[in-house]
Amino acid sequence: MIDLDTLLNPTIKQIKPSGIRKYFDIANEMEDVISLSVGEPDFHTPWHIREAGIESLEKGRTRYTPNRGFAVLREEIAKFISRHYHVDYTPETDILVTVGGSEAIDLCMRCVLSPGDEVLIPQPSFVCYEPIARMAGGVPVIIETKPENGFRLTAEEVEEKVTDKTKLLVLPYPNNPTGAVMRRGDLEAIAKVVEKHGLLVLSDEIYASLTYGEEKHVSFASLPGMREHTVLVNGFSKSHSMTGWRLGYAAGPKGLIGLMTKLHQFAIMSAPTTSQYAAIEAMRNGDDDMEYMRGQYDLRRRLILDGLNKLGLKCFEPEGAFYVFPSIKCTGLTSGEFCEKLIYSKHVAVVPGDAFGACGEGFLRISYCYSVKHITEALERMEAFLKEL
Amino acid sequence: MAMEQLLELLQDDAKLTDSQLAAMLGESEEDVKKAITRYEKDGVIKGYHALINWERAGSQKASAFIELRITPKKDTGFDEIAGRILNFPEVESVYLMSGGFDLAVTVSGRTMQDIAMFVAKRLSTIDGVLSTATHFVLTKYKDGGVVFNSDYEEIDERGSNLCD
Repeated sequence: MIDLDTLLNPTIKQIKPSGIRKYFDIANEMEDVISLSVGEPDFHTPWHIREAGIESLEKGRTRYTPNRGFAVLREEIAKFISRHYHVDYTPETDILVTVGGSEAIDLCMRCVLSPGDEVLIPQPSFVCYEPIARMAGGVPVIIETKPENGFRLTAEEVEEKVTDKTKLLVLPYPNNPTGAVMRRGDLEAIAKVVEKHGLLVLSDEIYASLTYGEEKHVSFASLPGMREHTVLVNGFSKSHSMTGWRLGYAAGPKGLIGLMTKLHQFAIMSAPTTSQYAAIEAMRNGDDDMEYMRGQYDLRRRLILDGLNKLGLKCFEPEGAFYVFPSIKCTGLTSGEFCEKLIYSKHVAVVPGDAFGACGEGFLRISYCYSVKHITEALERMEAFLKEL
Repeated sequence: MAMEQLLELLQDDAKLTDSQLAAMLGESEEDVKKAITRYEKDGVIKGYHALINWERAGSQKASAFIELRITPKKDTGFDEIAGRILNFPEVESVYLMSGGFDLAVTVSGRTMQDIAMFVAKRLSTIDGVLSTATHFVLTKYKDGGVVFNSDYEEIDERGSNLCD
């Protein structure tokens, strides 16, 4: 006799499953579904990077790596961060190679939070922050960003929510699902609040390489004094189309990275070896691939933005990641209703905005990491759908 | 306008409409139309083709790469003979090459026999052609930047994830 109900952890039991699930389940049962719902690149990992992984396998490099990741990979990551985002880290002590950016987020929250500590989480945002904060014993405090601010986080909004229990601020920019990016001025204002209250910042910059328009991505850690306040999370999934390799990293102050390494060493041991070999090649010779893919996404971004605006779905211009976040308030439907009707009547899958936080209600997340043909077909079906409403 | 980008987009997919091209490049539809018309007039855009996998279409088609060694003419070099060869409708492309031979010619026909006959009767008999070497295509893995062999075709296996 075993009573799982009493044995299992109530905190984890109470966490709601991801809101995206439902639509994937429906989509999976249909034929000829055209999806604009996934959050991963359609590009394959560049061939030279795959080859580096293959070569390591051929040579039998299949053992554990050092807990922190190969020293040479950490050196290349440090150079990469310095080259693109102008922050300097010491590879020996300040960088930890993780199983995707997600592990870095998990480790950071678990190393920072004690029961009752508050974490500020701007929404709409990636679905993992709130559950991970809870599982770490923390208390998520949601900050609802506003469409009229282009879904940027303001210093005032942060200041308003800070209490004496606040320890950590999550900065999820460039943002999934809205495509919002933070300008240097916005970040500087937030840095003042962070400094004033002595907060730590978890800056999830996984989409940093996918920033469009005039201004390049500004890393929060690159602001004066903020390096010591920031855990910079990034990875290879979006920048180098390496989602399945499960590789990311955290960079930050020695003391915190050291603690995260301790946790990582017991829970994970070391990130996948083959992936680390591939990642060394990506860091050394992958800048051109990154730039090429960014250019391709940019073309599609403009195409889909133009298409949605022509359909009358109001859309602020996303400047990062590979999502657009149009408002569907003009249809009078909720996000959930819209997505369900759309998938049943036209077999087009998109994600309701409220999957990324309650304030995403009234919006859709539409991903444009698809071919132009695919995007065009989806837009045509959506046009027909809107006419029938 | 980013001219090179317009040409690259058309090279990848000539079926993109003027309005799609305009949206992607952040230009007006009218400017895109004008640019394309000019490219066509100036011979920058030489034509539009479909990439067809004849094997899958179930049609019988054969093609071959033929290496030609040639004695260049005094005044015209290789140009004169190349000019004669390219006029045959069976000939798909003609390149002047560096290295062990001079002209690389691709020829297509209904059967290998047709091609062999064409080479024997038409190409090797041209004055100045010293030798020919015919290489028949057995399988097309990739052409025009597109993968043809289904073993290597891209499959979109994304979408099973719950919270990306």
